[in-house]
Amino acid sequence: MNAMGYVESKVGQPNRAIWWVGLLIIAGVCTALRHWHGSDAGPTGYKWDFGALWESRKLFASGMAYTLVFTIVCVLFGLLVGLVTGIARLSNNPLIALPMRAYIEICRCTPLLVQLVWFYYALPVLTGIELSATFAAAMSLSLYGGAFYSEIIRGGIISTDWGQTEAGKALGMTPLQIMKRIVLPQAFKKMVPPLMSQSIMQLKNTSLLSVLAIPDLLYQGQVVAHDIYRPLEVYTLIALAYFAVLLPATILAKRMELGNASTER
Amino acid sequence: MSTPLISIKNLRKSFGDHEVLKDISLDVERGEVVAIIGASGSGKSTLLRCINLLTLPDGGEVAVGDHRIAFDGIRTVLPNNRQLAKFRASTGMVFQQFNLFPHMTALQNVMEGPITVLKTPKAEAESTALSLLSKVGLVERAGFYPDKLSGGQKQRVAIARALAMKPTVMLFDEATSALDPELVGEVLNVMKSLASDGTTMIVVTHEIAFAREVADKVVFMRNGVVAEAGPPSVVIDNPTQECTKAFMARHSASTTAIASLTRVA
Repeated sequence: MNAMGYVESKVGQPNRAIWWVGLLIIAGVCTALRHWHGSDAGPTGYKWDFGALWESRKLFASGMAYTLVFTIVCVLFGLLVGLVTGIARLSNNPLIALPMRAYIEICRCTPLLVQLVWFYYALPVLTGIELSATFAAAMSLSLYGGAFYSEIIRGGIISTDWGQTEAGKALGMTPLQIMKRIVLPQAFKKMVPPLMSQSIMQLKNTSLLSVLAIPDLLYQGQVVAHDIYRPLEVYTLIALAYFAVLLPATILAKRMELGNASTER
Repeated sequence: MSTPLISIKNLRKSFGDHEVLKDISLDVERGEVVAIIGASGSGKSTLLRCINLLTLPDGGEVAVGDHRIAFDGIRTVLPNNRQLAKFRASTGMVFQQFNLFPHMTALQNVMEGPITVLKTPKAEAESTALSLLSKVGLVERAGFYPDKLSGGQKQRVAIARALAMKPTVMLFDEATSALDPELVGEVLNVMKSLASDGTTMIVVTHEIAFAREVADKVVFMRNGVVAEAGPPSVVIDNPTQECTKAFMARHSASTTAIASLTRVA
């Protein structure tokens, strides 16, 4: 009974959070609208003009589309890389486990911006293979995210009770069957919240792709800002756009986390 | 005399510097119930775990039915995972901590081995599982997840899960030690009925009364060796070895103490 009460009270929190955030957004939009018509110069004398952005709406839309597509692709490939390397790191064979460890540490201990630039400019020189900006960007973002996913997945696996593995072994299951049927289904529940929050990071990290001239939301924003000389409005809009996409995602993540807690078996 | 169903020869196992099993040999005939008793740390659980190779021996030989594996220290060519899995599938193990799969219902727990390991068709696995659940008196709990079952019910499902593999031998590793006292009886009753059905069983237990009633052979272990083995009328009631006498005396003293405490309460 206690456990139920605890879960219920926690479920209430995101609802309240939504109200607060909603209020803030409405207040922000109202303020913006007041300045939109240029009737009020505000304390710093800057005249906000969000109306000027309307003409560039197609650029913003295509930028958002790029951001979303890159996020989806890099989350999917990142998860795949993370699953494979996460399991490989559990191997008893150092020839398998050590290179995985090296990959993870390299990706985690260098900034993504540096990796992006390195993959695009340095890797072709080393290998002689030209990479398109799109490919280099998708690859390095996937590998970067994969390193973090890998640690989450590995953590989920090793935190699963060893008795579960033994029970699977005692039934005559092979390690692969135990992983697939017994360990991963249990571990996955625990992994969902951190995987979601890492995926949110992935979306935000796509903003770095603009350095390779990938026309994502931030890149298009920069184009528009240079075009119409309205950087404050542009970056405000971009911030709001990222926020509008990610807030539901974080709320969903919270929901799933609580959902897991209440159906914990 | 026919060859024994289970034959353990010169089994040795060390954990680091600590020698847990010193040259153990034990034969078990088909349909025989063997109880392994002894103080904590005497090696009885390790011996049991060596029989289904959850713990790999350092030396000696383990044979269960047609499967035979010999170990010879570091020169041993360790069986690969597939061979190990096959060997284990011929034994059924019941753990102290139940180790039911929490993400599966009681029925799915019992069906898991046959479906994944034996590739039994689902309908057949389900009808077998239901009849096994009714054998342990839990057919009406078939759709329940483990967290909705009492400890005794969990352990009975775990017994049904092990039986579903139609094992050559059932291994019980202190199957009642984690249970509340009032739940011990229901599990022991299931084990008794298995024994009277002619199931070959090796039971590591602290329940001396149960061993006396059900076992054909009692093995008393001390410091990694079999100190005394024979019918319960000898090992439990008229032990010949000093250490066995001392253990039984301590045991009956503690039972009397508990009984007098219960009377006072």
